Amino acid sequence: MSGRLRNQVGQLARRSVLRTLRQPGQIVPALIFPLFLLAVNSGGLKDATNLPGFPTDSYLTFALAVPFMQGALFSVMNAGTDLARDIETGFLNRLALTPLRGAALLSGLLAGAIVLGLVQAVTYLAVGLIAGADLAAGAGGALVIVLLAVSTTVAFGTLGLFAALRTGNGEAVQSLFPVFFVFLFISSMALPLDLIQTQWFHDIASANPVSYLLQAYRSLLIEGWNLGDLALGFAIATTIGAIGMWAAAGALKTRLVRT
Amino acid sequence: MTRQIAGAVAWRSVRIFIGNPQFIVPAIVFPLFFFIAFAGGLSAIADAPGFDFPAGYTAFQFVFVLLQSAAFGGVFTGFGIARDFESGFARRYLLAARDRRGIVLGYALAALLRALLTWTVLTVVALVAGMQVGGGGVELFGLYGLAVLVNLTATMWAAGVAMRVRSIQGGPLMQFPVFLILFLAPVYVPLALLSGWIHAVASVNPVTALLEAGRGFISGEPVVVALAFSIAIALPLLFALWARSGLKRAEAAG
Repeated sequence: MSGRLRNQVGQLARRSVLRTLRQPGQIVPALIFPLFLLAVNSGGLKDATNLPGFPTDSYLTFALAVPFMQGALFSVMNAGTDLARDIETGFLNRLALTPLRGAALLSGLLAGAIVLGLVQAVTYLAVGLIAGADLAAGAGGALVIVLLAVSTTVAFGTLGLFAALRTGNGEAVQSLFPVFFVFLFISSMALPLDLIQTQWFHDIASANPVSYLLQAYRSLLIEGWNLGDLALGFAIATTIGAIGMWAAAGALKTRLVRT
Repeated sequence: MTRQIAGAVAWRSVRIFIGNPQFIVPAIVFPLFFFIAFAGGLSAIADAPGFDFPAGYTAFQFVFVLLQSAAFGGVFTGFGIARDFESGFARRYLLAARDRRGIVLGYALAALLRALLTWTVLTVVALVAGMQVGGGGVELFGLYGLAVLVNLTATMWAAGVAMRVRSIQGGPLMQFPVFLILFLAPVYVPLALLSGWIHAVASVNPVTALLEAGRGFISGEPVVVALAFSIAIALPLLFALWARSGLKRAEAAG
C-alpha cells in the first residue's frame, strides 16, 4: 500500500471509527439485543440438551455462537446506513471531487465496523463466559473467536456498503435487515443440523453458509480445536467479504459516474 | 360522529397499509418467518423428555406467532400514528375531529384489520404445513378472540407512546417492551419445562396465561381460560387510559 493510499484510508478510518463511537444508537442495540436473545433462548431451550445427539449439556455454550452472527448482521446496517447518510448529505459527492481512491473509501468506511465488531465480540464472549458458558479451546480459542467475529463483521459490512451504494438511501438499507435475518433464522441457529427434523428446513439450513459460520464458533466453544470447521468458517467469511467488496467497488464506480 | 371519525381514520390507515409494499410485506412476511423458524427448525424439541402437547409442535408455535403478530400489528400501527404526527397530518385530525377519541378508535380499527389479514395468511400457511387443530369452533373463536384483545392492548400501548413522543424516534420505545414481554413467556416449551430465572419470570408474566390458554384452545383441551380472558380484557382497558392521556398530551401540545 502506497503512503498516499495509507493516508487516505487512515483519514477515512478515523472518521468512520469516531462516527461509530459517537452513536450510542448504533452500539447499544448491537450489544444488548443479541445478549437479550441469548439469555432468553438459553433459558427457554435448555431442554434441547436432553435430545439424543445434542453436542453439549449446556445450551448457553451452544447458543453463544449466535450473538456473534447477530452482531455481524448489525454491521450490515451500521456500515450501510453510515454510507447512505454520506450519500444523502452529499458528502460522497464532495469526496468524488478529491483524488480519493475507491479502495481507500471502502476500506476506510469499514474501520467503524471493525471496531464495533471487536467491541461486540469481546462483550459477547465475556458475558457468555461469566454466565457459565464453556470455552473448550481455552484462551487461544478466545482470540480466534474474536478474530473470526471481526472477519465476519467486516464481511457482512461490505454487503451493507454495497446496499448503500446501490440504493443511496438509509431507509432502504434498514429495510434489508429482515432479509439478512432470514439467513440467521433458517440456519442451525437453534439446533445442530443433524437434529433438525423438518426435511426442507434441514436442506435449506445445510445450504446456508451461516450454519457453517456458527459451527466454526461452536467448534471452539464445544469441541476445542477443529481445524476443518475453523478453516471453513474463515473461508466463508473471506468469500462473503471478497464478493461484497467486489460488488461495492462496482456500485461505487456506477454511483461516481452518476455523480 | 365518533363512529364516522373512526371509520375515516381507519379507512385512510388501511389504504396506506395496503398501498405500500414496505408496510404490507413485512407485516405478513415477519410472522411467517418466525413461524417457519420456530415450527420448522425447532420441531425436534417436541421429542424432549416431558414435552407433551397433543396437537404437535407446529400448533404449539402457531399460537405464539399468532399472538406475537397480534401484538406487533398494534405496535406497527403506533409507528403510523407517530409518522402522522411527524408529517403534521395528525394535527389536522385533531383540528377536524369533534370527538377525538374517534381518532384513536380509528387507528385501533385499522390495526385490527391489518392483523386480520396477517392472521388469514398465517393460518392458511400453518394448515398447509400440516398443523393439527384439536379444538372445535368455540375454542378457535376463543383463540382468535384472545388475539384480537392482544392486538387492541398493543395498539393502545403504542398509541399512548406515539401521542406522547409524536415522532417515529419513539419506535424502539413502542417495540422493545412488547418484544421483551413476549419473549419472557414460555415461547419454545411449556412453562413446566422451563427452569431457573426464565421460569420465575415467565410464571409472573401475564403473556404466559394468554399463551397457555391459546395453546389449550388449539389442542382442544382448554386451560386457564378465565384467567387469560380476565387479563386479556383488563389490559386493553388499562392501556386505553394510557392512550387517552396520551391524546390529551398531544392535544395540549397543539
